[in-house]
Amino acid sequence: MHVAIELTKYLMIILIGTYTYHGYRVVVKKNKAYQEKSYRWMTFCLFMLHFAGYFSIYIQVPSDKLLLLYGGQVVLFILVITLYMNIYPNISRVLLLNMLMLLAIGFIILTRLSIDKLVRQVLISGFSCTIGLFVPAIMERFKKLRNFGWIFGVLGIGILVLVLLVGDERYGATSWLTVLGIRFQPLEFVKISFVFCIAALFDEGTDFKRICAVTVMAAATVLAIVFQRDLGGALIFFVTYVFILYVATAKSLYLMSGLAAGSLAAWMAYRMFDHVKVRVMAWKNPFGYIDNEGYQISQSLFAIGTGGWLGVGLLQGLPTSIPVVDSDFVFSAIAEELGGFFAICIILIYINCFMIIINISLKHWDNFYCLLSFGFAVMFSFQVFLSIGGVIKFIPSTGVTLPFISSGGSSIITSIIMFMIIQGIFHTGKSEKVNKQHIHKVGEPNEE
Amino acid sequence: MKNKKVIWSVVYIFLGLFVMTLGYFTYYLMFRSKEVVNSTYNLRHDVLSKRVIRGDIISADGIILAETIIDEDGEEIRSYPYNDMYAHVVGRVLRGRTGIEEVENITLLTSDSRSSDALYNDLIGVKNPGNNVVSTLNHKLTKAAYDALGDNRGAVVVIEPSTGKILAMVSKPAYNPNDIEKNWDKLSEDNEDESPLLNRASQGLYPPGSTFKIITTLAYMRENPDYKDYSYKCKGSTEYEGMTIRCSNNRVHGNISLKEAFAQSCNSSFATMGSSIPVDSFRSLCESFYFNKALPARVINNPSRFEMRLGDYSVKEAMQTGIGQGRTLITPLHNAMIAATIANGGIMMKPYVIDRVESSGGRLLKGYVPEEATQVMTLSEVDYLKSLMASVVTDGTAKKLNKLDVKVGGKTGTAQQEGYKSHAWFIGFAPINDPKIAISVIVENKGSGSEYAVPIAEKVLDAYFD
Repeated sequence: MHVAIELTKYLMIILIGTYTYHGYRVVVKKNKAYQEKSYRWMTFCLFMLHFAGYFSIYIQVPSDKLLLLYGGQVVLFILVITLYMNIYPNISRVLLLNMLMLLAIGFIILTRLSIDKLVRQVLISGFSCTIGLFVPAIMERFKKLRNFGWIFGVLGIGILVLVLLVGDERYGATSWLTVLGIRFQPLEFVKISFVFCIAALFDEGTDFKRICAVTVMAAATVLAIVFQRDLGGALIFFVTYVFILYVATAKSLYLMSGLAAGSLAAWMAYRMFDHVKVRVMAWKNPFGYIDNEGYQISQSLFAIGTGGWLGVGLLQGLPTSIPVVDSDFVFSAIAEELGGFFAICIILIYINCFMIIINISLKHWDNFYCLLSFGFAVMFSFQVFLSIGGVIKFIPSTGVTLPFISSGGSSIITSIIMFMIIQGIFHTGKSEKVNKQHIHKVGEPNEE
Repeated sequence: MKNKKVIWSVVYIFLGLFVMTLGYFTYYLMFRSKEVVNSTYNLRHDVLSKRVIRGDIISADGIILAETIIDEDGEEIRSYPYNDMYAHVVGRVLRGRTGIEEVENITLLTSDSRSSDALYNDLIGVKNPGNNVVSTLNHKLTKAAYDALGDNRGAVVVIEPSTGKILAMVSKPAYNPNDIEKNWDKLSEDNEDESPLLNRASQGLYPPGSTFKIITTLAYMRENPDYKDYSYKCKGSTEYEGMTIRCSNNRVHGNISLKEAFAQSCNSSFATMGSSIPVDSFRSLCESFYFNKALPARVINNPSRFEMRLGDYSVKEAMQTGIGQGRTLITPLHNAMIAATIANGGIMMKPYVIDRVESSGGRLLKGYVPEEATQVMTLSEVDYLKSLMASVVTDGTAKKLNKLDVKVGGKTGTAQQEGYKSHAWFIGFAPINDPKIAISVIVENKGSGSEYAVPIAEKVLDAYFD
């Protein structure tokens, strides 16, 4: 049995390495035949890695439930690939595969950490992918949605204020809402409406008056999140806004003053709020406060360090010694059991996603879609940076989930829908381009 | 589009963030993680011990001090062949790791053997042998010190002055780490107040007694450049506001030079000297010798104390401090370092007990190199102190060592204890012209240094220069 565990450990590293390599190759190589080959490799690696992970867990703790869950996930992946590719032949296949790969890694590690949460996670993923299937179509049908920027913005603030008034408190943050017995984090959904609203408003114009008005609204949103004591969330919204503003106006003065204001606010938060001070303290010297404030980050560092480059193997480590390991600290669990190389590949896959989304933004002819995909790219990557940087002690931990991998329904739905909106943008950009090229007879389009 | 350039600049910013994250992650795994995971708070040590057979701890002369053996039932047992001889310095695994077992825990539980067998073992789940830790400890010296201490309470530390290598570190009473589980309750209750679990060598704080006169002399030399012309008329005691400090056995030393005062350990001279030294320069001199802070050593140690400071001392205390009484406290390890520093021309080396780490196949994985802690004395100061310490052996309180073939320099001490017998001290080094070892001996509540500590030092020196 030990042989099998060790071998699958190495196999998984090789598979994710191969996957990552092809993910970048597709972006660089423009030749269709090469790309096609890479897609096949990536699909193969995805299913093999998913199988290897479950195989390794199954031989250690066999159960029928495990088989059922595995089967369900495979069906989900196959359905997503075939349905999406048939209905929207023009979407980005790399982005779709990356999404599934990250989901698969999340499923594997969650199987190991907490199988009860896994059932919910798989169901919500399936649900989100079903909704996601309609997103590009909706975007095409309701192009007028972009005219309602203000409404989206006000709606977002309204939801956040509602949470402040009647929300539940967990882990020291008041950011949960229970409706019909379902507990969720509205902040996650506001992420989408926020970027949508800002992109729509700046698409209409960037005169000074408008910038002031939009900034006031964005500031109100960020403040509402600060009052929920969710610092990571507030930081993500703030950074996203500043960068969209910068790109929409092309004035670096806005970026500079935005970042300056942000630093000032961070300093004030540090002076004013004890929970901020505690985080910074735990970051500066986790081992000095190992019994309390620094416990989580110390355990995380122990996990990563003990795992080393190759990891100790699934179910062979002690990731559950890290508090909230299945959501905010999931990266440490992966690094411990699947290894440092595997963890680096995950970061590379996230970078790959960022590049593809930015590329869509760079290539798109529609300014609104350009700003929208850019906003999502920034929001997504900054969240990844906060999450991973926090658990490896590069920056103070802000308690942010890792998109697609962390357990948590709201986070999964939002991440999937965000990616499907991006796919929708990609799809519209492509079909327009195809039409144009047909008219001008310029030959075959390339996927980029 | 007009803002393409702007988007690119944002791309660079974010790629920069990601590259820094990757860089930090790699840096952590490559350079920082080994030290971090060694923490006793890391519960994963037990995970490692399921995959690796804990490596051996070996003395510098190749003798196994700790090993893991498999008994008839296939159970792993940590075995210490020399029972209580290395109890403190090598330490234990059960009931809270200590000593080398603690400091090098992860090293011992990591297997770096690179043979094909090891790879195969890894695959089929057979435990691989962990790395071995080779210490700087010399078995012959340790045994000599252990035997010489006998049934006394006390400690012996031997250091190689030029490197800081700890050649021997013995503390008594000790306990047998092989029977720690069986005897734990008795040991931890410690009804007889013997503290067998305490490493007296590095954690025991004692008044330095007359061994401190080395520091007093140095402080005096720095305040009085004409110290070579020092002379004092000893009447057997000196008095200040009702406090009398006597020379040992009420001896009257008469008119003496600094060298004679030092060799005879004249309390009257040094108490007077002590009260003449400005307290702030006395304190800063002591702190340059690592009083009031942790010693620069990878051995658990308690900081020695020099309590007098400006505004918080009296003339009486200054007089007592001059002869190593009062509130000043020192560990035997620290006192050995002071002797070693003089032996090494004024340069204090960081003491260490781990020489290198080897794979089970004997491949060198990590070697510790000697490191300088600080330079605290000039060569001329050292030369003078050496001549004083030589006279202690030739004409003074440590005459017993004069019969050795090797020329020794040192200083005895008799630290008085209210209501108990004195602690006996000796610190020194040999050979005087080219020192190879420095030694510190303390025997608790026994009597004078010359009578009880010097003979122990003699046996250890004899074992080394035999």
